[in-house]
Amino acid sequence: MLKSLTTRWMALPDYAQATAWILAITVALIILVALLTLWERKVIGWMQLRRGPNRVRIFGLLPGVGQPFADVFKLLLKEVVIPANANKLLFRLAPMIALVPAFAAWAVIPLSPTVVVSRADAGLLYLLSLTSMGVYGIIIAGWAANSKYAFLGAMRSAAQMVAYEIAMGFALVGVLMATGSMNLGRIVETQSGGFLSWNWFWLFPLFMVYFISGIAETNRAPFDVAEGESEIVAGFHVEYSGMAFALFFLAEYANMILISTLTAVFFFGGWQAPFAGYPVLGDTFLGRPGFGWLFLKAFVLVFLFLWFRATFPRYRYDQIMRLGWKALIPVTLVWIAVEMIMAVYRIGPWARPWYQ
Amino acid sequence: MLIQVLFYVFAAILVVAALGVITSRNPVYSALALVLCFVTAAAIWLLLEAEFLAVVLVLVYVGAVMVLFLFVVMMLDINLERLREGFTRFAWLGWVTALAVIFEIVAVVWARGNRGLGLDTSHGGTPTPADYSNTLELGKLLYTRYAYPLELAAMLLLVAIVAAITLTLRHRAGYKQQDISAQVAVRPQQRLRVVKMDPEPRA
Repeated sequence: MLKSLTTRWMALPDYAQATAWILAITVALIILVALLTLWERKVIGWMQLRRGPNRVRIFGLLPGVGQPFADVFKLLLKEVVIPANANKLLFRLAPMIALVPAFAAWAVIPLSPTVVVSRADAGLLYLLSLTSMGVYGIIIAGWAANSKYAFLGAMRSAAQMVAYEIAMGFALVGVLMATGSMNLGRIVETQSGGFLSWNWFWLFPLFMVYFISGIAETNRAPFDVAEGESEIVAGFHVEYSGMAFALFFLAEYANMILISTLTAVFFFGGWQAPFAGYPVLGDTFLGRPGFGWLFLKAFVLVFLFLWFRATFPRYRYDQIMRLGWKALIPVTLVWIAVEMIMAVYRIGPWARPWYQ
Repeated sequence: MLIQVLFYVFAAILVVAALGVITSRNPVYSALALVLCFVTAAAIWLLLEAEFLAVVLVLVYVGAVMVLFLFVVMMLDINLERLREGFTRFAWLGWVTALAVIFEIVAVVWARGNRGLGLDTSHGGTPTPADYSNTLELGKLLYTRYAYPLELAAMLLLVAIVAAITLTLRHRAGYKQQDISAQVAVRPQQRLRVVKMDPEPRA
């Protein structure tokens, strides 16, 4: 039975397999986002000595797990209020523009040694350009709502995104230098050989810069000045309600998962196992690569997002700009120079066979 | 066949979006139409197997330049009536420019061997092999054969940045600024005075 299914799957043409994977990834992502909202409320609840959501059950079991689904139904049934003087076309369009890049980016991410929707050669550049398009949803939403708070949020977000994109791009230049490829599958493959061969070890400053910029790009605390509920109500989505608001919510959480997965791919060896190639541990499941490792790494990194939100106070706007331009970008530039020296002396990633 | 169809679809969108840039009354719509222009142009470049250029077009122009354009256009309170006044007066100039550009494009295509305007001849007809990396080839050329022009261009851009900043940098009187190092260096004793008090006697 299983064997006939496998052969039938292999016999499918490329486009059919790709379409099936796209559907599977999209549905899985939406469910993961729903569970992540619950996980966030639970984790932050525990950190603040509360219980978090614990009422809505599924089939009378698992208290709290039904909460995100109940929220989705509530938002679906609510009216989408469009302000009288809003630009109606752009107001409706903005949530969709915000959502699309968060999902489209998954096309080039290698989920396991064999599974990737597209083995695009310029995958890294594709990701950079998609993450840079995410800001349009926010800017358009802020402008179309015709509200000063929304507009302030949009302006803050635009400047912040442009600043942190540069640091993010430079950090990826370092990854590119250490792996010699822009193909994400190749980037993971070159990090083979246990957790000390992953990029985080030799590119630790770049990992920090990338992850901090990732938090800023997703507009999460402590960089959430675009929303800033204590300063500008709710920022760019203050006029949104019902499902239109839910789409922004979905985009934000999908982006969190995306940034965590990308950090895992670039700096923690993606689907590589932590003890691959080690004497004893390498023979157990700890040495076997697979999707589970990518999931675990991304899960830990997503947890960091939640932890930061529960811990840090919001940055002041000028501090955000200062951190981006005057701290993160110089760090990446210095480390790229250090990498040049490492490449000359064949240290770390440059001792590997791809670099002759 | 599929590539031809895709080309004409993208080309049609590109032309409509470009028309939208110059005809729409609302400057924000114009900027957004320009974004659509860039994205479809990138798609057409992808069809021509210039993937690096296509992605960089989206990354630089859509991701950074147009964001700042939108930023400015949204901040300005533009009077649309005033904007429309000169439109018909200078229309003839626009037509002349458009005709000149069309003439130039047709002349170039004509001069390149009279092979028609179809896509079939655009990249020699033979697709490059699957392991061909456009980015790698471009990088090799840029950093070996064209290394000096590249560095010159980089220097020129740097000079332009410095010049732009010095031109706009003005120190006004009474200009308030955060001194971050002073803020960081603050000690609790400078800001906080602990006052010891005897408790109120019980009544």
